[in-house]
Amino acid sequence: MAGISLRQVTKTYGTLRVLNGIDLDIADGEYLTLVGPSGCGKSTTLRIIAGLETQTTGDVEIDGRVVNEVRPSRRDLAMVFQSYALYPHLTVRQNLVTPLQLRDMNFWQRIPLLGHLAPGRRAKMSKIEDDMRKAAEILKIEPLLHRKPGQLSGGQRQRVALGRAMVRNPAAFLMDEPLSNLDAALRVHMRAELSELHRELGATFVYVTHDQAEALTMSDRMAVMMDGDILQLGPPDEVYEDPRDIRVAEFIGSPKMNILPGQGDSAGRITALGVAVEEALAEPSEGPLSVGFRPEHLHIQPKDAGACFSGRLTYKENLGSDVFLHLAVEGIEGKAVIRAKPHEADFADVGEDVWFTGEVGKARVFGADGKRVTLAEPQLMRMTS
Amino acid sequence: MMVRTNWLGEFLKHSVLLAGAIVVLLPFYLMLSYSLKSPAEIESNTGGFVGSQEIMTDRRCIKAGKPPEECDMRPIVYNYTAAFSEAPLVRYMLNGVFVTVSIFVIQVLVALPCAYALSKLRFWGRDVVFGLVIFCLLIPVHAIALPLYIMLAKVGLTNTYAALIIPWTISVFGIFLMRQFFMTVPDDLIDAARMDGMSEFAIVWRVMLPTAIPALLAFGIFSVVAHWNDYYWPRVVITGNRDLMTPPLGLRMFKSDLDGNEYGPMMAATTVIVLPLVIIFLLAQRRFIEGITMTGMK
Repeated sequence: MAGISLRQVTKTYGTLRVLNGIDLDIADGEYLTLVGPSGCGKSTTLRIIAGLETQTTGDVEIDGRVVNEVRPSRRDLAMVFQSYALYPHLTVRQNLVTPLQLRDMNFWQRIPLLGHLAPGRRAKMSKIEDDMRKAAEILKIEPLLHRKPGQLSGGQRQRVALGRAMVRNPAAFLMDEPLSNLDAALRVHMRAELSELHRELGATFVYVTHDQAEALTMSDRMAVMMDGDILQLGPPDEVYEDPRDIRVAEFIGSPKMNILPGQGDSAGRITALGVAVEEALAEPSEGPLSVGFRPEHLHIQPKDAGACFSGRLTYKENLGSDVFLHLAVEGIEGKAVIRAKPHEADFADVGEDVWFTGEVGKARVFGADGKRVTLAEPQLMRMTS
Repeated sequence: MMVRTNWLGEFLKHSVLLAGAIVVLLPFYLMLSYSLKSPAEIESNTGGFVGSQEIMTDRRCIKAGKPPEECDMRPIVYNYTAAFSEAPLVRYMLNGVFVTVSIFVIQVLVALPCAYALSKLRFWGRDVVFGLVIFCLLIPVHAIALPLYIMLAKVGLTNTYAALIIPWTISVFGIFLMRQFFMTVPDDLIDAARMDGMSEFAIVWRVMLPTAIPALLAFGIFSVVAHWNDYYWPRVVITGNRDLMTPPLGLRMFKSDLDGNEYGPMMAATTVIVLPLVIIFLLAQRRFIEGITMTGMK
């Protein structure tokens, strides 16, 4: 088990800069997710940790030791690939055993047939066999040991790939979008299994995904990456509740946060779409702002009760427990989305004009540069108003 | 989609294919037929495909002073026994096997690491090197035959197996074919092998080779057929020593007989020489076509 640290890691391909100085400390036993849209540099970061790519500048430390010059196999890490990357010509058993043979047996012992004569092979082989059985048992793939990868389903291949990583009992697991080739139901199931596996093994997991839901559900901490930078690093709750950047706010959460164009004035008052918002800037300044509300923080109303936004209901997306109301609102691109309980939206029909308000204290306000703007404490605001 | 097939189009298509097949197969038909018939029937072009198979007398057997009843035999027996007795055909075939197998094995030993480097490793000048490989495909053997011969003669290798094998050990076609195949192998597989602790050479032999079997089979057929049938190069470098002759060279033994052309035994020898290739191809046909389509060599 070990912690992993990145210090000012950059990567450039020719003139293209993919990582702009990444600093990251991953604690021992932590489940950390690197999440971001495709091309944000998350896979590159993972491959640099693995040693499959070399960083242009900066250091990678594993367990306090700088490993810049250490070969991938000597870093004591295991990786699970999106395509599983099982050896197609070997059975499941051989796939699981191969990394152990490569690590534990010397050149002579690995020679086919003749290797059986090498001293010490039998003892090592039985130890390897034990480790393999243990991993197969945990992942429940024992009945598959004699099949080849081509004869397995996607979920089974996924398990074997995990098993191949597990047998080595590595310092950390690196996973590059391991669930994205599975169908939706299996993916949700495997999320739970992976979290369980992490608890059971107590190992460090570094998990790369473009799916914000995976990041939110599985990780201890998540790092949101965009354009080669880590925009925010923190526990999923914190990233969801308290996004520090408008790009993070929009990327995390589904349906995504509604961003309303707004304005701040010198007294610190905020308006969005011309309607006053019950928040105040901690440092009043005039200028354009973006006011963000999550779908669950907007509430639909049958009538204009003052200080309301209005829009035309274009679509009701019924999920049973909740209903998503899609509204065309003048002044914003795309649609505003409100999450409501079915009975709350009974009165509204598609094509009608409806009104909605934002929940007090739930607005997330961003400046023109996309960074979060600090708001005044609610008590203070009430006293001044 | 129309259910009714365009029968005129089909008819034209098939007649063209049939004509092509006849052009290719007719020589084989004649070869097989001649190998069964008596000299008289071959001369007069009678007897159909198999001939009448009447008992004939082997003139050379009589000349050799053996009793006449031992020299009477059916043409098919005469042709095939003569094929093996007139020239050391078995020796030639063993030479052929040794030479073609050696060439193929060394070609694979060279081509796989080259193809791996050209497809999966990133290094400066890789595309230029690959361009050179493609360029080498354009050089005909005959253009470099003389310099090659002189080089081999200078180091004293003419009339050896080495002369038959060495010039063919680096096959740019093999490198090209395997490189095209390796391009389709996912990078993840190689990264996984690296994480498992395999060296680059181990990756070539333990990961790439097993996945490339169909492509290797296709290349194997190209290589074996080409060098088994090659007449030109053995003719150049094997000048004196008859023990080193390959099957096609051996056929000349029948041509140079003083007492007329021995077409029957010659065709029987040819049949024996071609047979292994036909059998191998029929056995490997499915995987061979698989290999060709996979590498985009159609």
